Amino acid sequence: MTTLRSESIGAGETAAVGPRVGVLALQGDFREHAHLLARLGAHVSLVRRPEELATVDGLVIPGGESTVMDKLSRAYGLAEPLKRAIAGGLPVYGTCAGLIMLADTILDAIAGQQTLGGLDVVVRRNAFGSQNQSFETDLDIPALGDEPVHAVFIRGPVVESVGPAATPLAALPDGRVVAVEQGNLLGTSFHPEITGEYRFHEYFLGTVRNRTLNG
Amino acid sequence: MTEHSVPAPAATSQTGSSRVKRGLAEMLKGGVIMDVVTPEQARIAEDAGAVAVMALERVPADIRAQGGVARMSDPDLIEAIIAEVSIPVMAKARIGHFVEAQVLQALDVDYIDESEVLSPADYVNHIDKWQFNTPFVCGATNLGEALRRINEGAAMIRSKGEAGTGDVSEATRHIRKITGEINQLKSMTRDEVYVAAKELQAPYELVLEVAETGKLPVVLFTAGGVATPADAAMMMQLGADGVFVGSGIFKSGNPEQRAAAIVKATTFYDDPSVIADVSRGLGEAMVGINVGDLAAPHRLAERGW
Repeated sequence: MTTLRSESIGAGETAAVGPRVGVLALQGDFREHAHLLARLGAHVSLVRRPEELATVDGLVIPGGESTVMDKLSRAYGLAEPLKRAIAGGLPVYGTCAGLIMLADTILDAIAGQQTLGGLDVVVRRNAFGSQNQSFETDLDIPALGDEPVHAVFIRGPVVESVGPAATPLAALPDGRVVAVEQGNLLGTSFHPEITGEYRFHEYFLGTVRNRTLNG
Repeated sequence: MTEHSVPAPAATSQTGSSRVKRGLAEMLKGGVIMDVVTPEQARIAEDAGAVAVMALERVPADIRAQGGVARMSDPDLIEAIIAEVSIPVMAKARIGHFVEAQVLQALDVDYIDESEVLSPADYVNHIDKWQFNTPFVCGATNLGEALRRINEGAAMIRSKGEAGTGDVSEATRHIRKITGEINQLKSMTRDEVYVAAKELQAPYELVLEVAETGKLPVVLFTAGGVATPADAAMMMQLGADGVFVGSGIFKSGNPEQRAAAIVKATTFYDDPSVIADVSRGLGEAMVGINVGDLAAPHRLAERGW
């Protein structure tokens, strides 16, 4: 049964020579990320343990519930290796909960909630309110080309302030920042993985390839 | 709404679309949704790693024990639970009771469960869920029932199990039935799908979509009788995307520890050493009722049509 499910992430479609990219699989929509990365030629594996993290050249932290990811990553000894990997330059892309995990500072967290950090930003959880305020919209993101990005925000966070080390990539019409990058780290408030939008993942795989080539 | 909510940020943005409704369920995958009857229990659930809570006045075991008509919870209770936690809050409406659903939407819950655990309000029709901005989860015992609910607008399905028993056998039967029927569809030729749709009593387009993709178009959780970490892990190995735990946590001896254990077992569902580890010293599980001992009129899973 288990075997069937791991095959279903698309191991069959994975190119053996592609960059080795892990998807943090503690909770959330990690299979959607895995499918998309595999389609783009990455060699994809699911990461739940420190030894699995050690085998990848890049990591995606999926959408899901940041409080759950935080607890499980600390309970199973993954949080510290993740922080070290980020400090060591591992390319990491976080969507929604993943962006929260990468933020140096978070607002509206639950008591005791921690993040991995790395992005010099302040992120507010559930910034739009309840699910009734979740929405989809088109965003112009010049860094990804002329075609707008169709973005789905599900009880999503926003970047309330961007520190000097980070660069905003996209904002809502009201100016609130919803995508940022800093060195090898990338974060979006929204979920390209559920709309078939592949350009963020392609951009991220470019970062992974560059770093692997330049050692 | 929280104090931070604002109107939709752009003229072109859209709330309440299928993608937005189904999307929240996608984000809950690999997680545990826990029944809670007080804000204190909601806090315990969030601290233990619940991915969402179901706000109720009585857990199914008590509904079963106390009898009578079970209805939507008091709005004060639901609002108190929403105020207590930052994770999504779900609440139950009776089958077919579209006004209870309207109230729950007005209370700004994150998901509405049109649930057989409450007394049905309509023995013919389910709620027309397309009329709502708030997404719905519905129970199903088989693929046809799941697809009828999706056709009515459900954005998430949970297999029913037999709620409030602590007996996982019906949950097992229902998830096996649904995944088994999906597997049968996958192996069919196109001309056989027409007959399959007739036999499943579900719309042809949805049946064809399942046959082609090999999965439901929405997320599939399991519910009903899950009481231990091993129960949760078994449901995951059988193909569930996540689990609902109702009476199993707060009817047990040590809710905090059991809740955290079930969360870990759901993530590491394929690692027996983790499941063994989290199963140690959990104290009393809920006492439970064998489903076989329940007279047919008391079987909640048979509600829904």
